[in-house]
Amino acid sequence: MSKQITAKTITDSEFFYGHKACAGCGGSLAVRIALKVLGEGAISVLPAGCMSAVGFNYPHLCFSNNSIISTFAGTASMLTGVEAGARAVGIKNFKAVGLAGDGGTADIGIQALSGAIDRNDDILYICYDNEAYMNTGIQKSGLTPFGAKTTTTPSGENIHGNIRPKKNLFEIVAAHNIPYAATASIGDLKDFMNKIEKASKIKGTTYIHVVAPCPIGWGIPVNETIEISRKMIDCGLWYLAEYENGQFKLNRTPRKFSSIKDYLLSQGRFKHLEDADIKILAAQRDAKWTTIRKNWNTTEEEL
Amino acid sequence: MTKAFLSGNEAFAEGVRLARPQVISIYPITPQTTVVERLSEMVENSSLKSELIHVESEHSALSCAIGASAMGARTFTATSSQGLLYMAECLHYASGGRFPIVMMNANRSTALPWNIYGDQRDSLSQLDCGWIQVYVEDAQESLDMALQGYHIAESPLVSTPVMVNLDGFVLTHTYETVEIPNQTDADRFLPPFQTKNKMSLDNPKNLAFSVGPDNNMEFKYLQHKAMLDSKRIIEETDKKFAEIFGRGYGGLTQGYRLEDADYILITLGSITGLCREVVDELRQNGEMVGLLKIRFLRPFPDEDLAAALGSVKAIGVLEKDISFGYEGTVYTNVNSVIAKNGLRLETYNFIAGLGGRDISRENIRAMFRHLQTGGQHVNFIGLGVSIDE
Amino acid sequence: MSKPYLRPYQKPQKLSDYPLGTASEAGYLVTKNCGWRNERPIIMDECINCLQCYLYCPDGVIFKTKSGLDIDYDFCKGCGICEKICPKQAIKMEVE
Ligand SMILES: Cc1ncc(C[n+]2csc(CCOP(=O)(O)OP(=O)(O)O)c2C)c(N)n1
Ligand code: SF4
Ligand code: SF4
Ligand code: SF4
Ligand SMILES: [Mg+2]
Repeated sequence: MSKQITAKTITDSEFFYGHKACAGCGGSLAVRIALKVLGEGAISVLPAGCMSAVGFNYPHLCFSNNSIISTFAGTASMLTGVEAGARAVGIKNFKAVGLAGDGGTADIGIQALSGAIDRNDDILYICYDNEAYMNTGIQKSGLTPFGAKTTTTPSGENIHGNIRPKKNLFEIVAAHNIPYAATASIGDLKDFMNKIEKASKIKGTTYIHVVAPCPIGWGIPVNETIEISRKMIDCGLWYLAEYENGQFKLNRTPRKFSSIKDYLLSQGRFKHLEDADIKILAAQRDAKWTTIRKNWNTTEEEL
Repeated sequence: MTKAFLSGNEAFAEGVRLARPQVISIYPITPQTTVVERLSEMVENSSLKSELIHVESEHSALSCAIGASAMGARTFTATSSQGLLYMAECLHYASGGRFPIVMMNANRSTALPWNIYGDQRDSLSQLDCGWIQVYVEDAQESLDMALQGYHIAESPLVSTPVMVNLDGFVLTHTYETVEIPNQTDADRFLPPFQTKNKMSLDNPKNLAFSVGPDNNMEFKYLQHKAMLDSKRIIEETDKKFAEIFGRGYGGLTQGYRLEDADYILITLGSITGLCREVVDELRQNGEMVGLLKIRFLRPFPDEDLAAALGSVKAIGVLEKDISFGYEGTVYTNVNSVIAKNGLRLETYNFIAGLGGRDISRENIRAMFRHLQTGGQHVNFIGLGVSIDE
Repeated sequence: MSKPYLRPYQKPQKLSDYPLGTASEAGYLVTKNCGWRNERPIIMDECINCLQCYLYCPDGVIFKTKSGLDIDYDFCKGCGICEKICPKQAIKMEVE
């Protein structure tokens, strides 16, 4: 067991700083922490999306490590090129890392991501999931959960927001037999930091899916980003898990879920939900947890 | 130097091998596939040391090449038709980012209707994407322009990607005897790639950033200026090439029997060979005809054209392309030179070879007759039916 | 310790002042974010230096000093996440 990364041991250097993300932005925290763990050898690739939009406005450039914006669909393919190119010109001690949104990953970028995993390119892909296309104004993505109101899934008399469940991208990625994949949340940075550290040491493609709430899109006060992330885990709508050596493993096993209703109704995007909608979400959650408990390794171990 | 009997694609692959690209991203599409197949064999038999990446689409092929170029690596990819269109977003990305990637495009018709044969609508529809575009005539020029392509693209003044276009099948799959330079001469011609436009751990950079209205136009002007400056580099590159290898192509255009010609046919790519034969035949009959092969469509050889067409009676532009609702794009470009320079001559457009339709010797003779007799400006050559009124 | 930092900026006067391509020096800041803030966080004596605020600040503006922690008010956006995360209520938000 290698030494755990903590607030004490992590570098004091900041790599993503002075950016123009909204106050309280979860995505910016995920990017900041990821780069602090990876350090100055990180070569980051960010597709179109909020994090590239807030970090790269010439002449105001907010990454102190090598960083590049990719096309929206091209995070993984550009990572492949960056990794191969860096090796070809003899650069050592670098890590090519993708930092892409949920839309950029689960929708338009999924083909390139699948290709990179298939080739087992030596890259780390981090998806910061704020559950909608935020940069273009909160539209539904493949990772928008059931019931959420977005600007393209309004809630009205007939339809109560998004009618489709969230794609299970973690397991889609794992189904490629990837060397390492994990879920995480900015509500638990210790877990997130150590997963990044672990992934960065593994040769081949690694993937981390980190939930990173957007106060604007979720309809919460800007100081509640962390709290809502924690509630999401506690109510069972998100879980901290890993996939390694062909096995799924749960990092935290809740004995009892906190109130799903409390989680949902504390957000503007779910305010319209009726008890029947909440029941559907609870049933989806319970079904998921039944399969998790049945098929995954649920003995909690330290990373 | 060795000689070999090679197809256009195979000759191009030899040129790529001699250029020593460090990263090659590959994805199949007819009629480009044999290039990436040859390159794969070369990597297998160690005659080429390169990272060969099997991407899952053309968008990724170019996106990957951009990533590698941004690390300072020399990169290559190849495509055709639907693949070129599929990577359209990345075409603009590569040129705006000034990444000197070299790409081969096998000119092929674009769907719908589906058709795998040669015409130039694929690359001509991408004329404005900021790439240097060169059209080659035969297998030897294919090989040579693979090498010259890197020399031009990587010139610090240029730093712009180059697309080398080979007519599908008629060039990509036609065998000819080709001279293959040796590696020592190739290395003498093409030094290793160096650029400031890259990331490195000692000098970290932020790349591919946004630029608002306050500075954006300057970046775009710089891109345009690089393309204009490339005209000089293209000519210098060809001279240097000729010094080392003993053959050259004359730069942006290549004229044939232009001396006191009254009627000139302007061509692009592999059809030029047959047109040259027709020019010889007509000259023998005493007709004052000549030929001007446009090699580079971007940057556009406006000075060359103005100089060549000064005292000509009529010209015809032969192209495998139509900009629907108007005329051939090359024709439009040529006419703008004529208008800007106040030249007084008749111009005609011959749209031919769409979807691989054969262009015959007789077709070309008829074009020269048309230049002399006059007639309709925009003409579809070889339509199998009469045009309904 | 290093991070992106503020530099003097003058709009390019000549074309040659612009970078080649779209590649410019990393971590080059030219504007502050403090104007976004309505409230400013103040770290008080109750602080036990647990570093939770340092870790969870999305903007990374809380930094370690010899005697504890300090805040880079040039870039703090006043989101209040630090106040919420503090186990000792050692941060108070003061109206600007
Ligand atoms: C090919 C292409 N299609 C659409 C867009 C417009 N676009 C830019 S960012 C964005 C939303 C990004 O959403 P996500 O990936 O979830 O990241 P977020 O903004 O939420 O951080 C969209 C749709 C684009 N830039 N490129
Ligand atoms: S819109 Fe949301 S994701 Fe985008 S910068 Fe603002 S808080 Fe972050
Ligand atoms: S969270 Fe509170 S106690 Fe902990 S370091 Fe910050 S101010 Fe001090
Ligand atoms: S208010 Fe927000 S930005 Fe300012 S120090 Fe606290 S957490 Fe950081
Ligand atoms: Mg999003």
